[in-house]
Amino acid sequence: MSVPSPNPGLSLHSKRWNGLRHILEREGPFCKDDFTASPDNLDFLQTKSEVLIIGAGGLGCELLKDLALMGFGNLHVIDMDTIELSNLNRQFLFRRTDIGSSKAECAARFINGRVPTCRVTPHFKKIQDFDDSFYQQFHLIVCGLDSIVARRWINGMLLSMLRYEDDGTIDVSSIVPMIDGGTEGFKGNARVILPGFTACIECTLDLFPPQVNYPLCTIANTPRLPEHCVEYVKLIQWDKENPFNVPLDGDDPQHIGWIYERAVERANEFNIAGITYRLVQGVIKHIIPAVASTNAVIAAACAMEVFKLATSCYDSMSNYLNFNDLDGIYTYTYEPEKSENCLACSNKPQLLPIEDPNTTTLDDVIKSLCDSPRFQLKSPALTTVMKDGKQRTLYMSTVKSIEEATRKNLTQSLGELGLQDGQQLTVTDPTSPSAMTLQLKYQANEVEMN
Amino acid sequence: MIKLFTLKQQKKDGEQKGSGGQQKKASAAQLRIQKDISEMNLPKTCVTEFPDADDLLNFKLIISPDEGFYRDGRFVFNFRVGSNYPHEPPKVKCATQVYHPNIDLEGNVCLNILREDWNPVLTINSIVYGLQFLFLEPNPEDPLNKEAADVLQSNRRQFEYNVKKAMRGGCVGETYFECCLLK
Repeated sequence: MSVPSPNPGLSLHSKRWNGLRHILEREGPFCKDDFTASPDNLDFLQTKSEVLIIGAGGLGCELLKDLALMGFGNLHVIDMDTIELSNLNRQFLFRRTDIGSSKAECAARFINGRVPTCRVTPHFKKIQDFDDSFYQQFHLIVCGLDSIVARRWINGMLLSMLRYEDDGTIDVSSIVPMIDGGTEGFKGNARVILPGFTACIECTLDLFPPQVNYPLCTIANTPRLPEHCVEYVKLIQWDKENPFNVPLDGDDPQHIGWIYERAVERANEFNIAGITYRLVQGVIKHIIPAVASTNAVIAAACAMEVFKLATSCYDSMSNYLNFNDLDGIYTYTYEPEKSENCLACSNKPQLLPIEDPNTTTLDDVIKSLCDSPRFQLKSPALTTVMKDGKQRTLYMSTVKSIEEATRKNLTQSLGELGLQDGQQLTVTDPTSPSAMTLQLKYQANEVEMN
Repeated sequence: MIKLFTLKQQKKDGEQKGSGGQQKKASAAQLRIQKDISEMNLPKTCVTEFPDADDLLNFKLIISPDEGFYRDGRFVFNFRVGSNYPHEPPKVKCATQVYHPNIDLEGNVCLNILREDWNPVLTINSIVYGLQFLFLEPNPEDPLNKEAADVLQSNRRQFEYNVKKAMRGGCVGETYFECCLLK
């Protein structure tokens, strides 16, 4: 990739940063209480702050450009995808010769070549490939994602990194703020999530628009739209005929081609017009046309929030911005509340002291959860995630087949079950509207494990 | 807003402290499905079966209706709950071949809350009741098996006869159905 020669004026002490200096080296009426005007602020931005950008697509390219030109000196970017031809209209860090290469790596190379004050470290990986030790190194995380699963995952990760003081309050040094941008055509949103303090992704899960799903009977019997025909081939014909003996892959042109041909046949049968290859691709991969200007607006709003949090120069947006420029321009910012019953962020681990894990059985634990005035549960179901990451059901009385399979665990000691000091148990019970997390705290120092 | 913290100071001490969250945590989908399953309140005609008690995301539901056209039959459904639950509904397929207007011969089920009307406030229990309802009140208006629906609409007697025949194990039209009567 060829990158134009870097601007020599773009060094740390150049006049280029005078605008930032005005903000960061002078007190103002709107500064946050903990803000102190000082050249250190710019220095922090350029040399000490570590910001992670998740996604190097439409929003990611904008974010990288915005943050690099805003003076951030250390950026990391994660993206598991490679560059496709259809990205090039808006993902401006990529060129035609980059098609097929890693988005994260190309984007990093471009910014590194162009903005000498910024060092971008690429990660050609999935977010799930890293654990908390990776995410802990960042002051801030900005997301430009196109998937709800990924948002929920990183949200859960940041919540699990929270540490608590002895009095149960959150240790503020364990908070990694998450700034999340999202766009869909001419609509977008930007939000600031302070894990444990403000509404998280799970608190507001029902704000995400549901996927468009057509009734199965319409698809099967009374199709009216070209989309119905495509869905029919995808849902019914693919499994029945299994043309390539593999599951459907939306990125395989052969698969899309096959679906296109079958969908045209079906459309002709019902006198439906309008099936095109692009439409088929769109329906199968749930493509919503991306608009470059929406990405630019949302990324700018996110970059602004990163800057404010990183420097304390102004209060963060509180906390959810909607943007729509389909018809004129509409924006609205409001504050969704943190949900009291949120399964993810209102589920602070509660310590459960265990005298001796080698004599305390699972049944003892369950009895104490029912009898103790602190919990007063009725029929708790307990699961945990073992050290190797495997989900395990310890006991559940309400479902017959699970009760039978897990009954033998009741008489075993926690040590025998392989439960370790500090391990978290997820407890659900009819008395509580949400799941509860208990953290085992062994009083005896040594636990024998075989 | 909460007077929060200064990021600048945060990492200096934060780095040495080591992680507090090294404990593996269940995903939000896991937490929610555990809640759904442990609090399931099934009608007496329904029972769940978990082939692997540690895997709450894959299970079977067996419906044995005690009234209506499908009385004395035994119908198995496979539930597959994805990592995006409850944003997305579970995938449900009928594993028993059944002569039913809303279930096709591949096991696809036409139930609104499994697709277009799914909503994160619904639970596994809602789906169970929805499926149970399909056996009590097959709906010929939204057919997946159009032949069955036509018969139900034009001749209830004939439909009832066809259902019984299919459940005993036999042919309806050109299709052979395995016996699915309660033993």
